[in-house]
Amino acid sequence: MVNYIDLTIQILVAIGVTALGFAIGMLFNGIARKITARIQNRVGPPIYQGYIDVLKLFTKKTNISHGWIFDLAALFSVAGIALAFLFLPVAGVSLLSGEGDLFLILYLLAIPALGFALGAGASGNPNAAVGIMRALMTMLAYELPLVMVIIAMMVYYDTTSLAVIVQKQANMHWAIFIPVFFIGALVADMALQGMLMEKPFDIPIAPHEIATGPMVEFGGKHLGALMLYKMMGIVVETTLFVDLFLGGGVILSVSQFGWLAYVVNFIVWFLLILFVFFIALLINAVFPRFRIEQALKFYWKYDALVGLLILIWIFVGVTP
Amino acid sequence: MNHENWSKLARIMSKRSLWMIHFCTGCGAMEMPPVMTSRYDMERFGMHAMATPRQADVFLVTGYLAVKTLKRVVQVYEQMRDPKYVIGFGSCTINGGMYWDSYNTIKDLSKYIPVDVYIAGCMPRPEAIMDSFLKLFDMIDKGEAIGWQKYHKYYDQYKRNQRMAFSYRLDEVKDIKEDDKE
Repeated sequence: MVNYIDLTIQILVAIGVTALGFAIGMLFNGIARKITARIQNRVGPPIYQGYIDVLKLFTKKTNISHGWIFDLAALFSVAGIALAFLFLPVAGVSLLSGEGDLFLILYLLAIPALGFALGAGASGNPNAAVGIMRALMTMLAYELPLVMVIIAMMVYYDTTSLAVIVQKQANMHWAIFIPVFFIGALVADMALQGMLMEKPFDIPIAPHEIATGPMVEFGGKHLGALMLYKMMGIVVETTLFVDLFLGGGVILSVSQFGWLAYVVNFIVWFLLILFVFFIALLINAVFPRFRIEQALKFYWKYDALVGLLILIWIFVGVTP
Repeated sequence: MNHENWSKLARIMSKRSLWMIHFCTGCGAMEMPPVMTSRYDMERFGMHAMATPRQADVFLVTGYLAVKTLKRVVQVYEQMRDPKYVIGFGSCTINGGMYWDSYNTIKDLSKYIPVDVYIAGCMPRPEAIMDSFLKLFDMIDKGEAIGWQKYHKYYDQYKRNQRMAFSYRLDEVKDIKEDDKE
């Protein structure tokens, strides 16, 4: 017989964690705008601006729709990114995980982009078509170096589970302290820049060229859902980086310190993803935009080459 | 939560995050950059320049409008989602300004789309633009910025005025006659 009480508690915890992820994502949006404003010598919006923006978009009226695929596509993106977040170990705690979940996460990270593409395609705007082609092209470009580094880590740690990789980095044995994976972290950070769609890789959205690309026909509630997806995307992608290279924010072991460990680990995880996002923001603030072929060239010629060298080094040099 | 409280909350949210689309028809494009960038920085009010009318809340029409441009303005206005607000910028949108006797510019913007706030002057300084934003916040807070509701209510009258303006062109005259038959 199924234990209904445990199941209910699990479901409630999952909902709570997802809500927390969205809340942190919205906070990050405000922090990002504030930091960018300070770099440009402006005052900038208040730090809670992300919450106001999303709430405002959900209070707007819907005058226009382009069919039910257009309506559901944004929800598809939000659901995909929320599922990806539940599979990631957050501060050492992963709600849904199993063997080989690293492959699953890589797959789940592609699903929201497909939802994005569906909505853009349904809108029928030529700018959206150009934007979504660029978005999928960028995805193709950054996935290659990222997957190479991740496979190198799988071989090194002899597992395909992200939770196990986090466990093996406990007691400050972070992957970034290993020289090979320090270079690997730089490669993955460049891929992260593309994942976050920050400059110089904000080719898909490019407001001045193609009028925000895939989002061109989205407004009101539809745009609100897409913004939720983008904000959650920041949390998911930086958490993936932190889990891979910075030990997932696990400082204290739960068996030794009990509930105090959860609190401390959570705060450390939050600071680490903020730090990773901060680096992305600094790069974003000082660079102009690549063209799509320049981005492809950067990723496949330089980033993927270094990734390949790391992969070869791990296969040849490591003694398990 | 009852409907009145809900719309009040919606107004507060709307006030604090107005996204703007600016339609610069020759004039006024020079006054916008100081407003957006570090000199006056409208982002501290949560305002942001958007790329498309679908995402925007505020429509800023700057300078004179030729009849041909008015068509685009009406199209952009109708693409925006409710609630939406219009700011008429410069004397040309109020009474034609220095184009008061021109044969192909419209003289009063509010005949064609409902305007919530006007900024007088030729050209208004960036301070005046910031002042108009604060005035618009105030109006939204009190529930006075109801231009978009007026457009729904008096839709046929706005449409009639627009068609009168467009009828300077011969093909549009034909359209009006066909409408009259119906």
